[in-house]
Amino acid sequence: MAEIVLEGITKRYPDGAVAVKDVNLRVEDGEFVILVGPSGCGKSTTLNMIAGLEDITEGTLLIDGQIVNDRTPRDRDIAMVFQSYALYPHMSVRDNMGFALRLAKVDKATIREKVEEAARILDLTDHLERKPANLSGGQRQRVAMGRAIVRNPKAFLMDEPLSNLDAKLRVQMRTQISRLQQRLGSTTVYVTHDQTEAMTLGDRVVVMRGGVVQQIGTPQHLYDQPENLFVAGFIGSPAMNFLHASVQDDRLHTSVGDFDLGDRLRRALERHDAPRDLIVGLRPEAFEDAALVDPARAGSGTAFNVDIDVVESLGSDVYAYFTEDEWQPTATSELAELAADSGTTDTGAGGHQIVTRLAAATRVREGSRAQLWVDTTKMHIFDPATGANLTLAEEPGPREG
Amino acid sequence: MSATGRRRSQWAVINILVIAYALFPVWWIIALSFKDPSTLTDGNFIPTEWTWENYRGIFQTSEFTRALINSIGIALISTVIAVVLGTMAAYAVARLRFPGKSLLIGMSLLIAMFPPISLVSPLFNIERIIGIFDTWTGLIIPYMTFSLPLAIYTLSAFFREIPWDLEKAAKVDGATPAQAFRLVIAPLAAPGVFTTAILVFIFCWNDFLFAISLTSTSAARTVPAAIAFFTGSSQFAQPTGSIAAAAVVITIPIIVFVLLFQRRIVAGLTSGAVKG
Repeated sequence: MAEIVLEGITKRYPDGAVAVKDVNLRVEDGEFVILVGPSGCGKSTTLNMIAGLEDITEGTLLIDGQIVNDRTPRDRDIAMVFQSYALYPHMSVRDNMGFALRLAKVDKATIREKVEEAARILDLTDHLERKPANLSGGQRQRVAMGRAIVRNPKAFLMDEPLSNLDAKLRVQMRTQISRLQQRLGSTTVYVTHDQTEAMTLGDRVVVMRGGVVQQIGTPQHLYDQPENLFVAGFIGSPAMNFLHASVQDDRLHTSVGDFDLGDRLRRALERHDAPRDLIVGLRPEAFEDAALVDPARAGSGTAFNVDIDVVESLGSDVYAYFTEDEWQPTATSELAELAADSGTTDTGAGGHQIVTRLAAATRVREGSRAQLWVDTTKMHIFDPATGANLTLAEEPGPREG
Repeated sequence: MSATGRRRSQWAVINILVIAYALFPVWWIIALSFKDPSTLTDGNFIPTEWTWENYRGIFQTSEFTRALINSIGIALISTVIAVVLGTMAAYAVARLRFPGKSLLIGMSLLIAMFPPISLVSPLFNIERIIGIFDTWTGLIIPYMTFSLPLAIYTLSAFFREIPWDLEKAAKVDGATPAQAFRLVIAPLAAPGVFTTAILVFIFCWNDFLFAISLTSTSAARTVPAAIAFFTGSSQFAQPTGSIAAAAVVITIPIIVFVLLFQRRIVAGLTSGAVKG
């Protein structure tokens, strides 16, 4: 196992299109790093460059301390799991898993031993003589994993390995991949467009957009301290709610009500010399049914009245939705892209929906007016021009490179 | 039960009709080939007197056997060359992006669209001047010219069906480009290669136009052309029986060829390579 270092990695196609721009990333030995972003953000291209399947236009790629820019995939000693699994259809499961070892001229007894051990780990022992065509989706996925682990490579690269599985199997395989990675202690770079996978699997997550790295950090750090609008909107499910806001007389005006700025926000805005028009970001859990708020906490937030459209009870929580009309989703390119990625532009729903997560005891009913409370200490404020988060903690999280 | 029984018998009737329609001319030529010259025109579909005389006749002179050797040699060599070149060209067409690709495809299509008859006289003159008239080479070259576009088209369709990820996977697994092609791509493209080989072989085997125009002696004359030179036992006898016998004989290699590779052709292409 080894560390992978990307220094200023750029991919420019002959027609001038830049797919990946100046990516700097150090994947530590044994670390599980996720590249996440909407389609076309350059995450798969980055992975292919690490694998050697695409040329690197600029920058340096080091695997295990050695520059490998010009090495062919076979000389990089990395294994890859493809979205389509890419199993060789004319070979049995055994031959599929042993193919790399056969090419490396490992003797037959060792191949047999290694393949059978991998098959045991992945519960494929009974299927070794079958062809991929006769396997279920989950089994094929495991064969693809097995093909990677028999080689004991320097690193694993995974390109959306779970996106062809149905939802239930995907959750199971997610835990299995996590367990496998811990057991093998392998350096892993994993590409996905699914932020839930990114949050649950990764030691660290790299959020990309348009070929540029937006933020690198642990899942919790990205969730709590998103550096910009895009990361804030991309990470988290349901996604963060955004509202237009303006500052007037120390108060923040939004379409759902006015909020006291409070010391934290005021200082943050002063520090950044913020413009008057802002975007406010509130996660669903920042809201609560005003009647259920602990009186001791009530002071840290503001109550407001809205018409609730839809209530979804999940048992443990209740999601309450209301509509806000002043929103213009195309106000910034980040939000436009997020809207396109989440599909809200396709559903044709009028107005801008705000999702709130309330305690299960709430008495909020569909189609009725309700008083909600919002915790302003959990409010993020963004500069609409740059998308930057103005309310980050004064000591920003370590910007890993 | 009775409904499925009736449907099955309906299908049986339709199948028999189609097969009879297709096989009737074949049977007719077989029947003719076994007829005695005296009963040749008696109008019976079944020979009243079976005889091997026609077969014995065509193998008695070296004219037919020599033509048979020419046919086998020329068709096999043309097929091998066309399939090998076609495989490489089709792989490039299906996989690579290179300048002039659409021009290449357009040109090969253009060649396939040319009516061969319009090329016969120029080819005749060219081949006489450069000295390959009435040689195997003189037939192999035009056969390749017309079968390569066919080969490239059929094969590139097959190559496009093979997921590119398989090749990437092979590369990551440590294969050189040559190993990736030999161990992963070629086995998957095999059904396509065999299909193409059969089509090209049949085209070369059955060609009459070039065979009659570009040969003058038995040095390179193939069977379809040689049949045209059959004569009856006397000036006034029609060589119908001999022609029928020769037609039956030259159909046999094609049938063998197809039966031999049929299993490879219908073998599943890439089922199970990717999700599904």
